[in-house]
Amino acid sequence: MDYALIWAILISVAVFAYVALDGFDLGVAMLFPWFKKEQERDIMMNTVAPVWDGNETWLVLGGGGLLAVFPLAYAVLMPALYMPVIAMLLGLIFRGVAFEYRFKTKRGKAVWDWSFIIGSFVAAMSQGIMLGAMLQGISVVDRAYAGGWFDWLTWFTVFCGFAVVVGYLLLGATWLVMKTEGSLQQRAYSLAYKAGVGLFACIVFVSLFLPWQDAYIYERWFTFPTSIGLWVLPVLLVVLTIGLLNSLTKKQQGRPYLWSLGLFLIAYSGFAVSIFPYLVPREITLWEAAAPDNSLVFLLVGAAVLLPIIFAYTGYTYWVFRGKVRADSGYHD
Amino acid sequence: MVESLFSNADALFLARVQFAFTVAFHIIFPAFTIGIASYLAVLEGLYLKTRNPVYQKLLRYWLKIFAVAFGMGVVSGIVMSYQFGTNWAVFSDKAGPVIGPLMGYEVLTAFFLEAGFLGVMLFGMNRVGEKLHFFATLMVAVGTAISAFWILSVNSWMQTPAGYAMNDVGQFVVEDWFAVVFNPSFPYRLAHMLLAAYLTTAFVVGGVAAWHLLKERSNAAARKMFSMAMWMAILVAPLQVFVGDLHGLNTQEHQPAKVAAMEGHFKSETQAPLYLFGMPNMETAEVDYAIKVPGLASLILKHDVNAEVTGLDAFPREDWPPVPVVFWAFRIMVGLGLLMVVIGIWAGVQRARGKLYESSWLHKSALLMAPSGFIAVIAGWIVTEVGRQPWVIQGLLRTEDAASPIAAEGVGGSLLAFIIVYFFVFGAGTFYILRKMAANPEQVHIPDYAKPKPVGMAAERLMHEED
Repeated sequence: MDYALIWAILISVAVFAYVALDGFDLGVAMLFPWFKKEQERDIMMNTVAPVWDGNETWLVLGGGGLLAVFPLAYAVLMPALYMPVIAMLLGLIFRGVAFEYRFKTKRGKAVWDWSFIIGSFVAAMSQGIMLGAMLQGISVVDRAYAGGWFDWLTWFTVFCGFAVVVGYLLLGATWLVMKTEGSLQQRAYSLAYKAGVGLFACIVFVSLFLPWQDAYIYERWFTFPTSIGLWVLPVLLVVLTIGLLNSLTKKQQGRPYLWSLGLFLIAYSGFAVSIFPYLVPREITLWEAAAPDNSLVFLLVGAAVLLPIIFAYTGYTYWVFRGKVRADSGYHD
Repeated sequence: MVESLFSNADALFLARVQFAFTVAFHIIFPAFTIGIASYLAVLEGLYLKTRNPVYQKLLRYWLKIFAVAFGMGVVSGIVMSYQFGTNWAVFSDKAGPVIGPLMGYEVLTAFFLEAGFLGVMLFGMNRVGEKLHFFATLMVAVGTAISAFWILSVNSWMQTPAGYAMNDVGQFVVEDWFAVVFNPSFPYRLAHMLLAAYLTTAFVVGGVAAWHLLKERSNAAARKMFSMAMWMAILVAPLQVFVGDLHGLNTQEHQPAKVAAMEGHFKSETQAPLYLFGMPNMETAEVDYAIKVPGLASLILKHDVNAEVTGLDAFPREDWPPVPVVFWAFRIMVGLGLLMVVIGIWAGVQRARGKLYESSWLHKSALLMAPSGFIAVIAGWIVTEVGRQPWVIQGLLRTEDAASPIAAEGVGGSLLAFIIVYFFVFGAGTFYILRKMAANPEQVHIPDYAKPKPVGMAAERLMHEED
């Protein structure tokens, strides 16, 4: 059995779970500037307060999982992406503590509002930059990163960072559509519409730019007839975007978030198709990076048993806190 | 600016300082939350059994403190899961196949469990009913202990590696997972750390209780806390001394150079003295200004006054750990441990005399000892981690060969950022926690959970309104 491939799929699932879940709570934070009233902000924060910690655990699984099953990729990517990784971690600190601190102070509330907003923005931006840096390629010599200090910083990676911010804003806004009501929800509809159009434009731009820029990716997408199956992705992209905008116009409650997730899934698949089978693009394949089989199997046994259990109680938590969050449902004191 | 500050510094040294700083900050929170999660489970269990409202007051009181501490633990912990790669890439590549899966299990069995049930524990009281809420509290407590299990297994493997082989690209690979997980120092280290976490919490709880007793001796909630904390002190502190001794003997067997540094033994000798105080001097390989008890180290370590104790001279000079740091950290840890035993016994005597809540000297001492667990935990980690130097994996991989190919400016710059952010963010958190602790536990408001609202209506107050 190809355990490395199974793990590549599992790690992709973990990273997607992270993006789908933490994406909306980072997005909710970044939407704060559009909602100035303290009461609205309380509601927004309370839509995510009971679940954000679990959402972020997927990121720990992503990091820990990479170390466990693809240690070489972890050892190369972390130094290569050193600055964005550190920036992301610091951003996550500022936004994570805001959940508790914000409700513990009156004078300091504005400080922790900004800590929540900026921390989330920095984290989202850093994640997009890392994504862009991986698409762009990473130089490796002798099992170690051999590039420069600022290789991760180009206009393309910054654009990817921007795209992820827009994407998370979309997830956050559609989440608010689902979890709130009244004027807050109405504004969330209109923000979601704008973010949806914005994300579509970003994905189209990256999809056109990359093949034009990069021969490897060009070949992956434009070798006919083998690539023909991949063209279902752009078609789906258009279909899902129309579905999302339509659903927002019809003022549906829960559907817009699901359409947005679909949009993310398409973009994410496009990313995966473009780098496969590399973990460190153009340098280290997933098989080269994989730990010995017995390490992969040891953890796989646990993951096979535990992941369904984790999905079950995570689902239970969301079930417990289902429904609209209102002004007087302050989870905090 | 950053570059000029750090251009002459050594990247390896900065990477070590960064890891030491971030891990020392992080360990404070788990040391507290492991203990407090169990304390909450005990309080909730006692409340459900006795229906004594004082337990419910204490539950809500400590739940709020727990929430803040747990949040800080989570965010400082995420940093740790990426630090291995950013600053210790060679170590990650080589040891990843062994330690990675253990950390993977930590995430799968512990972190998700804690995070999944934390929301229900903090915000779900009137949504799930008492029994399910108690279950959630238990799951969080169990999760924190499981987390300690895996991460201490990882650390212990780095101290006493077992069950491994090397592959042709220089990675450690596993031959026997059981031997890896249950490596020789693991059971001792796990027991020592869990007890440390429980003691740390007991002394925090005792200190908070003492503060309120000093203000008002009749405070019923404070009395209950103080009584519980002092029971822990008298039972667990002596147990910890015993377990610590076993752990020391195990270290003596597997990492004799570390014990030699702890004891300040530069020379192998019979009737080896126990240094109470002194200044270990790495240059002259002597302990200056020593106050020592002849033969006592032989007696403690070998249970025979005339036995020979291995000194650092048995090891090549380049394999010596930095002796003064280890020597002093060890004395701080042991000294605080013994003080904890003293407090426990003193409280036991006062309890027997019926004066547990009247003795203001005891209360003042307990207040003074409130942070002692944190200091002892950090000192203990310095002993075990610095004592392992110059190795990152004992005897197999040197720390200097394990770092990332990152220039000093990068490591220094990020170190500076971590220091500033941690002091600001965790300073604020500590302030909020202290403010919560200053609030009177007798005046905790208990919301009315008697009539569980229909699920699906999200409009209820979940936590209470006052403050």
